[in-house]
Amino acid sequence: MARITHGLTTSHIPAVGATIDHGRTQEPYWKPLFEGYEWTKAWAKENVPDVIILVYNDHASAFTPAVVPTFALGCADEFPPADEGYGPRPVPVVTGRPDLAAHLAEGLILDEFDLTLMYDMPVDHGLTVPLSLVYGQPQAWPVTVIPLAVNVVQYPPPTGHRCFMLGQAIRRAVEQFDENLNVHIWGTGGMSHQLQGPRAGFINQPWDHAFMDRLIKDPAELAQMKHLEYVREAGAEGIELVMWLIMRGALGPEAEELYRFYHVPGSNTAVGHLVLRSVETPA
Amino acid sequence: MTSYTAEFDDIPGTRVFTASRAKSGYALNQFCMSLMKEANRERFKQNERAYLDETTKMSEEQKQAVLDRDYNKLIDLGGQIYFLAKIFATDGLSYLQAVSTMTGMPIDEYQQMMISGGRSPEGWRSIKDGN
Repeated sequence: MARITHGLTTSHIPAVGATIDHGRTQEPYWKPLFEGYEWTKAWAKENVPDVIILVYNDHASAFTPAVVPTFALGCADEFPPADEGYGPRPVPVVTGRPDLAAHLAEGLILDEFDLTLMYDMPVDHGLTVPLSLVYGQPQAWPVTVIPLAVNVVQYPPPTGHRCFMLGQAIRRAVEQFDENLNVHIWGTGGMSHQLQGPRAGFINQPWDHAFMDRLIKDPAELAQMKHLEYVREAGAEGIELVMWLIMRGALGPEAEELYRFYHVPGSNTAVGHLVLRSVETPA
Repeated sequence: MTSYTAEFDDIPGTRVFTASRAKSGYALNQFCMSLMKEANRERFKQNERAYLDETTKMSEEQKQAVLDRDYNKLIDLGGQIYFLAKIFATDGLSYLQAVSTMTGMPIDEYQQMMISGGRSPEGWRSIKDGN
């Protein structure tokens, strides 16, 4: 059977992608941020899964104002990098895993999560920046990826509780897949940041650290947090952190922290990054 | 307006993009999406006013706010930052540069605030509670 063995969270700041693409990662402003991912890059080389379920949000790239799906699962053979207004990022096309995606679609919808299914979808920095941070600049990504796009742009986004439950349902569905696959799940976005209004630039470091602690140790209680608190304490775009709860729900009751990194700033944003192991599954 | 939506208005300097704002900003946000195409960006840059008049159904107030690059106003008029990003990308500005214009701070000062740990939450949580 397939198993979800590890989870990873990371911010997905667009300027980070541009910095990698333009070869500027060693500049003094950026260097500490990229150094924070060196442990993970080494770990990821030794721990290549068969599939990553990558939870992210689209930033007006695949989804126009005309359609706002709450959860959209990528079921295609491949996903091209989106043109976000200055040409697509020079990164490999993302290879999908349509057999597992079809299985997830069936399992999750019958489990009462009414997903939107995507068979033609470009993927933007929300998905490709995390891949670049972990895998660098390869000719082809070393893994297949199932994108799971979450609406965190138009209110209301899904509740943290709904996200956590979806993660738990993903774990159940993956375990019903016949093939022996090692699956990782990534939750991206965050941490505290606000990109709009006079309050832009908002960062809340103590709150971010507490969020990471609670995500690992007490996610069911964290999942009760209301949207209002995310916006009040983590900034308007800090709401992206609900996506980390999908990752956490999919790891099972107990998770071990393998690595943590936190850095301010990455452009307008507090960068948070975790690598976790599901304790239910063998190391 | 539901109480869910109203509660966010207590947070200073912040507008969440509700279903109601999405409706009033629909033409504005679709205009932004049109700038995803190189040919449209060129046409817009050649004559912004003509592009807005000929290709969009935006209100005059929305059009003027686009011409003024008044991002706070655009958000008040139903714009959302990820859509509006297509305008400042067309102008060759980064998120950092564009976002700083909404704070009233010069870009250098804003950048320095971020390097020093960002805007402190103190005084920016709640209008009602003044914290």
